[in-house]
Amino acid sequence: METILTEYSFKDKLVELFYENKKSNFKADIPYLSKLRQEAMHEFERIGFPSNKHEKWRSTNLSKPLTLEYVQHFEPFEKNVDVGKMFSCEVHQLESYLFTQLNGWFVHENGGLNHLPGGVIVGSLASAFVKYPDIIEKHYGKYASFKNNGLIALNTAFAQDGLFVYVPDNVVVDKPVQIINLINLTENLFIQPRNLVILGKNSKLQLLYCDHSLLHKHSLINSVTEVYIDENAVFENYKLQNKDNDSTLITNAWITQKSNSSMVTNMLTLNPGIVRNNIAVTLDGQNCSADLYGLYLVDKEQHVDNHIVVDHAQPNNYSNQLFKGILDDQATGVFNGHILVRKDAQKTNAFQKNQNILLTDKATIDSNPQLEIYADDVKCSHGSTVGQLDAEAMFYMRSRGIAEDVARMALMNAFAAAIIDKINIEPLRTRINELVSKRLRGELSICDQCILDCREGRKYSFDIDMNRLKT
Amino acid sequence: MTGKPARLVQRSKNKGIQIILKYARMLSIKDLKVSINGKEILKGINLEVRTGEVHAIMGPNGTGKSTLASVIAGRDVFDVTGGGVLFEGKDLLELPVEQRACEGIFLGFQYPVEIPGVSIINFMRTAINEQRKYKGLDPIPAPEFLARMDAAKKMLEMQTSLTNRSVNEGFSGGEKKKNEIFQMAMLEPRLAILDETDSGLDIDALRIVANGVNKLRNQNNAFVVITHYQRLLDYIVPDFVHVLFDGKIVKSGGKELALELEEKGYDWIRKNL
Repeated sequence: METILTEYSFKDKLVELFYENKKSNFKADIPYLSKLRQEAMHEFERIGFPSNKHEKWRSTNLSKPLTLEYVQHFEPFEKNVDVGKMFSCEVHQLESYLFTQLNGWFVHENGGLNHLPGGVIVGSLASAFVKYPDIIEKHYGKYASFKNNGLIALNTAFAQDGLFVYVPDNVVVDKPVQIINLINLTENLFIQPRNLVILGKNSKLQLLYCDHSLLHKHSLINSVTEVYIDENAVFENYKLQNKDNDSTLITNAWITQKSNSSMVTNMLTLNPGIVRNNIAVTLDGQNCSADLYGLYLVDKEQHVDNHIVVDHAQPNNYSNQLFKGILDDQATGVFNGHILVRKDAQKTNAFQKNQNILLTDKATIDSNPQLEIYADDVKCSHGSTVGQLDAEAMFYMRSRGIAEDVARMALMNAFAAAIIDKINIEPLRTRINELVSKRLRGELSICDQCILDCREGRKYSFDIDMNRLKT
Repeated sequence: MTGKPARLVQRSKNKGIQIILKYARMLSIKDLKVSINGKEILKGINLEVRTGEVHAIMGPNGTGKSTLASVIAGRDVFDVTGGGVLFEGKDLLELPVEQRACEGIFLGFQYPVEIPGVSIINFMRTAINEQRKYKGLDPIPAPEFLARMDAAKKMLEMQTSLTNRSVNEGFSGGEKKKNEIFQMAMLEPRLAILDETDSGLDIDALRIVANGVNKLRNQNNAFVVITHYQRLLDYIVPDFVHVLFDGKIVKSGGKELALELEEKGYDWIRKNL
């Protein structure tokens, strides 16, 4: 089943599409799910897509990607494809539990659910809907509220597949779980992945999520990820967004933490078209720590927007946001960091920093700290810097014989290193370092970011846009 | 065009090595006039520095000492309105900053810059290799680099771990100045200009830094030491002392001039103008 979404009133078309397909495509839903879908659709019908009139969308304009034509699939377009044969992961020596999604669906042998040591379940959310209705009813849709949020409502109405991870109490997952979400279709594609990650008490998980595109067609992704971190659990989440200029990626991550848990999320945006990352963390317990890092390197007409909300709902918690970006050409960026300290959340420590380097006069960044504090015994700080490369440091380096371009590179690498150094998975850190260096040199050509492994004799035909190859 | 005029070089027939004649002309500043924002800072400086020499430039604050150092190193906030600077026969003012360094000029900064995220070890390896590339040489072999670094650290009594830290980040004033001399030892420049390297140093650090300079002195390099005080010159004994006053060198002499200045103060210069 495939449906063409046309430009006029994307919203109306989607609403129509929902009701047309409700019976045929969502028929396996448990009552909880179908009720949730219907409520979410009502909310979407009510508020639709966010426009620039919304305060939180003032600087990110979706009107352009929303006027394109897309196809949306209600079942996997290709079944039984060995995605592993289409590419090899460029993060060398990374020992991980690797799973792949193609165009938003789990396919081939990863299609169902995989059981890792200790009772850990990783796999397709579609399968989990059927197999684990009790877990779904307990957690699904509980953290990402669609009220007044059209994108989450839309995702909730249509969500069919995505990543499902369940780590039982007291289990430490011994290797990182890695998911590659691959977009490979000869038509413009609209997908809405839905992910649910549950960490039991005293458990530990490292999750690496990579968004990749193979073909340079327009794609629109509206993903929602819900994460529940139970008491004393440790969660590390790395997201690599290495896309292309024709992609629009909207991610919504809603993370709930219980007492004594700790969480690190690191958002690495290297090559977006338009990217909007919403991260909402609720510290719903005490003695939690939440570190949110992000690095964005954008150029040309690219746009990156990170919207962070950390909700200190209870006392004695720590949160820290550090987002850094380098913007070149006419690229535009937004950072909105909201710290909410509720009335009873005494002894809160909440910090936030956003640092930017603009390499041209035309690149812009809109950096907004937003502190909303209702408790009186708190320690909060925020800082935002926008500037060029440090001229004194440039002179100092050059005065030692280092050529200007080499000095620039070194300073930009050093700027990015503050985020890269926070990556705890060593092979990933090494690879990200390489990618960032290449990105900064403008050398991140199609062959470097492409995950088709042509160099080892495999041949796949795909279009190379020569304009993107820098000499 | 090579840096060294051929007439200054003799080839020893027996040993086949180059011997550069003592007192070869290295730096030649002629009637140099420099302004910043329309205000004339240097009003006609003349200075000749030959290989093997140590020159001290003294003078009160705000007379143009640091400006002179910065113009030679290539800081571009200044306008050169007259005169020129030749370094081993080349028009120095035509060269970009990094090429001046590759030609053998080193500036020891009065206020060394902090570079977060760039380790000293990487900074030095990059700088050495960039200078080697300029000279058409391959990158420095790792053992040679490490040996040079160990020797320099030992000479300056630096902590082993210091070179893994980011350049000057969180360093004390004394550590920053030591780091300048460390870099000088690593880069082996032909002409080092030390801009108030003694300021902010306690007496022990001063001794260590001065000993470093003395060990690096040889017949093929030269030093220009800028300082307020005679104190440094007790350790680094200059061949020439110049007094810079109101943008001009108003008095030059041997090392005894520094002692005389210490005794009589800069007012003595002012009165004799």
